[in-house]
Amino acid sequence: MTLLDKPLRQPKSARRQAPALQPLVTRGRHAVLAKAATGITGLDEITGGGLPRGRPTLVCGAAGSGKTLLATEFLVRGATEFGERGVFMTFEESVEDLTADVASLGFDLAALIAQRKIVIDYVRVNRHEIEETGEYDLEGLFIRLDHAIKSIRAKRVVLDTIDALFTGFSNPGILRMELARLFRWLKDQGVTAVITGERGEGTLTRHGLEEYVSDAVIVLDHRVDDQVSTRRLRIIKYRGSSHGTNEYPFLIGRSGLSVLPITALGLQHEAPLDRVSTGLDALDAMLGSQGFYRGSSILLSGGAGTGKSSLAAHFVDAACRRGERCVYFLFEESPSQYIRNMRSIGIDLEAWTKSGLLHFHAARPALLGLEQHLVAMHGAIEEVRPAVVVVDPINDLMSVGTTNAVKAILLRLIDYLKTSHVTAVFSSLTAGDAHEQTTDMGISSLMDTWILLRAVEEKGQRHRGLYVLKSRGMPHSNEVTRYTITDHGVQLVGRSPQHRTVRRTIR
Amino acid sequence: MTQAARKGAERWNLRLYVAGQTPKSITAFANLKKVCEEHLGGNYSIEVIDLLKKPQLASGDQILAIPTLVRRLPPPMKKIIGDLSNTERVLVGLDLVPKR
Repeated sequence: MTLLDKPLRQPKSARRQAPALQPLVTRGRHAVLAKAATGITGLDEITGGGLPRGRPTLVCGAAGSGKTLLATEFLVRGATEFGERGVFMTFEESVEDLTADVASLGFDLAALIAQRKIVIDYVRVNRHEIEETGEYDLEGLFIRLDHAIKSIRAKRVVLDTIDALFTGFSNPGILRMELARLFRWLKDQGVTAVITGERGEGTLTRHGLEEYVSDAVIVLDHRVDDQVSTRRLRIIKYRGSSHGTNEYPFLIGRSGLSVLPITALGLQHEAPLDRVSTGLDALDAMLGSQGFYRGSSILLSGGAGTGKSSLAAHFVDAACRRGERCVYFLFEESPSQYIRNMRSIGIDLEAWTKSGLLHFHAARPALLGLEQHLVAMHGAIEEVRPAVVVVDPINDLMSVGTTNAVKAILLRLIDYLKTSHVTAVFSSLTAGDAHEQTTDMGISSLMDTWILLRAVEEKGQRHRGLYVLKSRGMPHSNEVTRYTITDHGVQLVGRSPQHRTVRRTIR
Repeated sequence: MTQAARKGAERWNLRLYVAGQTPKSITAFANLKKVCEEHLGGNYSIEVIDLLKKPQLASGDQILAIPTLVRRLPPPMKKIIGDLSNTERVLVGLDLVPKR
């Protein structure tokens, strides 16, 4: 009861007039917005380095769209990878629930709390146990946040999901005023903050939070197309910074979020000049005597039984002989079946898998959505860091998505491979009755080299003919070359006597 | 007398959370004193907690709004936020008169 005999004081937050942290750093002649890396795969790429440092970012989305996970990963990575401690103010889940939820992503919140790298404050708002009488403000919230930030000298703050305040207090006027004050206050603290909000009908957030956050707004979306569910992320606002404007698919995987593309946004990859052998001297000869360009993309298309996988095996075998690592994505066969089949034509791939140069990844395409495939493939490539990647066949990816979606996915994959100078071979199965050049779903424009494999029947015999339809940046043979698949591999046997027929058919 | 007389035997344990001596908190304290004197007889204690000095106490009682009055005893716990200027609602919040 000593309250009344003290001099009148202003609340702390009103007194605090610390200047806002200057988030601008000068790089070259231009001031560049300082950014705080999230550590979330892909997100830092499309934001050009992360979220605006020292400023609040609004992340909005419907229930289950991944807001909390994004926010959590931002904090966890900040604490573990960037040495920035964080405060998590949760309005929806208790500390125990939150810890359990993110444990599946490999985040050990309990340990981070014990190490004082993260502080979680569970703010429970329940209107039923609160009676409102007259004037109030939310200074208590500020004090709790301030206390938590100071207790560990936090640099990052998450408020998840702040909409809960609207269910807790009946006076929207006071709430709006206090929210505006909160966002200003966060800026004054110089903390990089992520504030999550519920998606509204026709508006970004149900309670118009976007009015208060002017620096960066990220929208998360979760929808189902053709029974395949995809999560998407879009940056709709990033003041003072360029950013990718597309909807980017993202995935919640075993180690957190992955936002696609993981690739560069522009066509800026360097084109290497060196060449790699196809594994067949005769085929090398058809490609300006030197084989493929390193880092180029190659399409092998042909009907069933034309030896697409066999040609790919030659290429992989040659790469392994050079001591290069390879990743082979199989969508139709198991690795052991493929190894057995290749052994029957004299290519021993098992030796390469044992020596760790060749890595197989086999999956039924229908098992995962398209984005998940890309993420899984990206993960495998990141892990192995190969020089050669084979996707056999790409048709099966088509079965899980629309042509445009597949094309977009392939484009991203190819972009990524090119930037990393990985030579990529894609096999494509042409349906028996379809025209070769129209069936490849318009992906041929993404390919640097296109080799067409074709079977021709003549006088009770089936011949196979190989034809380089295009090969960018090198002189290449215009001949249809006959080949056979023998017990010691694919053998090119010179010009097909049927080449006229074949070429006519191709055209 | 009111309902409070019947509850006279109970000990009322109240906590008022404030953040510094703002006009709002001073009003709230004065209003609270008045209500207590009129309705609780001498059978109460008021503890004023200044969160500027003890910020760590804010999370225990889930304090967001300032000022907040918490009825710790008798149970169940009740919260009344604001400057307590509406005596009727304070009484409702303290369970001294039934909610209409």
